Amino acid sequence: MWEVFVRSRAGLAHQHVGSLHAVDAEMALANARDVYTRRGEGASLWVVPATEIVASDPDDKESFFGLDEEFRHPSHYVVPDGVVGI
Amino acid sequence: MYTQGLDQAEPLGDEELSRLGERFEATVAAEEKVEPTDWMPDAYRTLLTRQIAQHAHSEIVGMLPEGNWLSRAPSLRRKGILLAKVQDEAGHGLYLYSAAETLGVTRDELVDQLLAGTAKYSSIFNYPTLTWADVGAIGWLVDGAAIMNQVPLCRCSYGPYARAMVRICREESFHQRQGFEVMTVLAQGTPAQKAMAQDALDRWWWPSLMMFGPPDAQSVHNDRSLRWKVKRFTNDELRQKFVDMTVPQAHFLGLTIPDDALWYDGEHWVFGEPDWTEFTRVLSGDGPCNRERLAARRTAHDDGAWVREAAVAHAEKRRRADVVA
Ligand SMILES: [Fe+2]
Ligand SMILES: [Fe+2]
Repeated sequence: MWEVFVRSRAGLAHQHVGSLHAVDAEMALANARDVYTRRGEGASLWVVPATEIVASDPDDKESFFGLDEEFRHPSHYVVPDGVVGI
Repeated sequence: MYTQGLDQAEPLGDEELSRLGERFEATVAAEEKVEPTDWMPDAYRTLLTRQIAQHAHSEIVGMLPEGNWLSRAPSLRRKGILLAKVQDEAGHGLYLYSAAETLGVTRDELVDQLLAGTAKYSSIFNYPTLTWADVGAIGWLVDGAAIMNQVPLCRCSYGPYARAMVRICREESFHQRQGFEVMTVLAQGTPAQKAMAQDALDRWWWPSLMMFGPPDAQSVHNDRSLRWKVKRFTNDELRQKFVDMTVPQAHFLGLTIPDDALWYDGEHWVFGEPDWTEFTRVLSGDGPCNRERLAARRTAHDDGAWVREAAVAHAEKRRRADVVA
């Protein structure tokens, strides 16, 4: 199983679009072109063996990502009325 | 990396199970997506695996009726269009098999079930394509009905299925339009061509209505499917939307819907009852083309065996060469 990433235009990031079966990297690329970019959706393709991807544990979602640090976001701060350019 | 998390080593305790169950229901209720690595009830996994697999099989078998006309398309343009459409359907099958695999089933198992005749696929593909007009009627009606079914599935609670549906829906609209174009050309052509278009509509109309599944009163999976946000509308609701959309299109073509009971109540087109015994018969394997379709799939699978074996052997040889080098 291979995971497929497509960059739709130069300047954008590669995005995960799906997965497919292939015996080797070359076939994975050819299949990815046929399966995921039939209408010029891509300017570049990445294929990655699914087993090579290390994923975070969904059960750790809260402890892993759940930092309560609102102050990192600009919306946390109140800009006084009349002040512009901040 | 979707297979992770499927093989829970230790059985979960009751307390843990009910906590996970509550979290799952809350996720679904909040319109958030369930992802492959999330915990989900066994019944949800089973329901989705069955639905996505049936959907994938339908895309694959669905190539056969139209494939019948590839070599006899009336012009090079029509041939190019039909080839592109059939290729899209193969792609749809592949997106959906991949989505089903995220639930823990393997591609081989799914293909085996189809070839063994134990898996279901849409009853519509067990009808024959007798004339070129059937290619038009399929694009117009069958892909039209598929769009009606599939658009709400883009909001399905299961992430990989919803994302596959977004890709598929983007491609379906071309399918429907090219079919309607074929019908338009025939309907505005010679009397013989118009008669051919009418004959195709006569034969495909009722099977198309059956694509939405049994009436709500008889549907076994409706309730749970709606609660878990796999489906968004009931079978009957979707069927009505389809009829309301399609009847005016038939009028535009100057064709007659083969339903004596059809009338407009000021809001909806009220229609007659499809022959549900025919539906059950075709779905359970006894339609006009069930045997032919499965035989064609088996032949394709067997004839392709050497290609799969050669590809694996070639990759293996190259791997060994790399190790030596
Ligand atoms: Fe399709
Ligand atoms: Fe289609």
